[in-house]
Amino acid sequence: MTTPPIPELHLAAVTKRFIPTSPPVLDSIDLTLTRGEFVSLIGPSGCGKSTLLKLVAGLEPLTSGEILVHGVPPANARETTSFVFQDATLLPWRTVARNISLALELEGRPANVIAQTTARLLDLVGLTHVAQHYPRQLSGGQKMRVSLARALATRPRLLLMDEPFAALDEITRDRMNEELLRLRDEGNWTVLFVTHSVSEAVFLSSRIVLLAPHPGRIAHIVPIDLPYPRTAALRESPQYDALVNETSSLLRQTHHQLSEPQQ
Amino acid sequence: MKPKLLLALNAAIVLAILLLLWQASIWLFHVPPYMLPSPLAVAKAITTRLPDLATSFLISAEAAALGLLAAIAAGLLIALVFARSPFLRRMLLPYTILLQTVPIVAIAPLILMWAGQGLFAVALITFIICLAPLIANATQGLISVDPNLVQLFQMHNATQSQILRKLRLPHSLPYLFTGMRISSGIAVIGAITGELFAGSTRVGQGGLGYSILYAMAQLQTDYLFALVLAATLLGFLFFFTVMFFEWLFLHKWHTTATPTS
Repeated sequence: MTTPPIPELHLAAVTKRFIPTSPPVLDSIDLTLTRGEFVSLIGPSGCGKSTLLKLVAGLEPLTSGEILVHGVPPANARETTSFVFQDATLLPWRTVARNISLALELEGRPANVIAQTTARLLDLVGLTHVAQHYPRQLSGGQKMRVSLARALATRPRLLLMDEPFAALDEITRDRMNEELLRLRDEGNWTVLFVTHSVSEAVFLSSRIVLLAPHPGRIAHIVPIDLPYPRTAALRESPQYDALVNETSSLLRQTHHQLSEPQQ
Repeated sequence: MKPKLLLALNAAIVLAILLLLWQASIWLFHVPPYMLPSPLAVAKAITTRLPDLATSFLISAEAAALGLLAAIAAGLLIALVFARSPFLRRMLLPYTILLQTVPIVAIAPLILMWAGQGLFAVALITFIICLAPLIANATQGLISVDPNLVQLFQMHNATQSQILRKLRLPHSLPYLFTGMRISSGIAVIGAITGELFAGSTRVGQGGLGYSILYAMAQLQTDYLFALVLAATLLGFLFFFTVMFFEWLFLHKWHTTATPTS
């Protein structure tokens, strides 16, 4: 018995208005992600990137259209979806280990499962040595790693990331990008990733969705045909440069506000 | 440790100089002791009347502590209601400012008329002036949680009770301690004000406020000074007790001991 595979994420004519009488924030978005895809959303402020993520997370209601996360509405897919926020949003009164175990605790997993999973994730993100530290003792990059580990603790199939590395310096950001791809090799999760950085989007994604503002809509979709696994060396390659340039110029075409060339 | 020691030494030297000036001016200008007793006379009053002083101290401490603890419990409960219901918060929070602006001295006689004389009335007056800062700070702490964190909890199907226990309450702790620090200072003022009106709260003995009135009437100015010192000490004791618990609960994770509020 063969049925067509259910897409990991399916958006059909997704429209969102915050105020019924005003123009929509997002207008008729159609997008389908297959399992294991890494899709970045890029566009200027006001194009509804973050709103789109919140809709997929089921944190905001839709105005019209349909969102299905591997076949079910977002509210029913929470157990297999994780959200990574722009700031690390850690609980400052919890240690690194107990921040990572938060989601498992909330979902009422048994203590030994929580302990094992936490230890595995601490090791995975290389933070075992600071497991008992509090967030205020960590660097920006370390905090983001904790945030990532917390999101991965529930073994999500879909990861929604809202500019997770925007607050980091460029070198740390590059390193976190490499680490994110390395982690994904082991987890095979699907990612919807919001960013302002074209180079970050090219490095990470299998597809880049360019959004235009007022109302938020899809302007272009750029496939990034660079093979995985990708390493830091990719940034030196001419294909990478070409894709960054192509994406940047498309972005400039769609929004005249974005006058500064990338890098 | 070294700079702290130096600071303590400086403070001790300043105190010694002040005491010397005080003593010297009494010798020089022949101030009568009922106007201004010498530091030596005050020291003597403290040592000879230590049991009386200690009794008054404990009576006031009891009333102030009861009032403060009740205000902490009630303040937190009211803040929980305010955090849960924006409607009630908008309706009632302005009245907590009223609670803060009504001069306690003006309403103390009323409270005594309704509650009678005694420990309960004094604790009630303390309770009333301690309540407003606790409600305001605890409410602020409970509602100022990062909305992203609330959404994170929702993403993992957290119940309202989990959001309260694991997010809102720990987040509000630094704010609650700010309120407790403010209230601990005014708790002693409340107790002494109450005692000024309530008179003796126990047969034959009174708190610091009552004893201050009594010492003044008797022109026992040296003992009056001793009582003022005891009241100051009580205030310090309350303040530092709260500071200690604040340190105990927050020093590991909180960046500063004093949150912005």
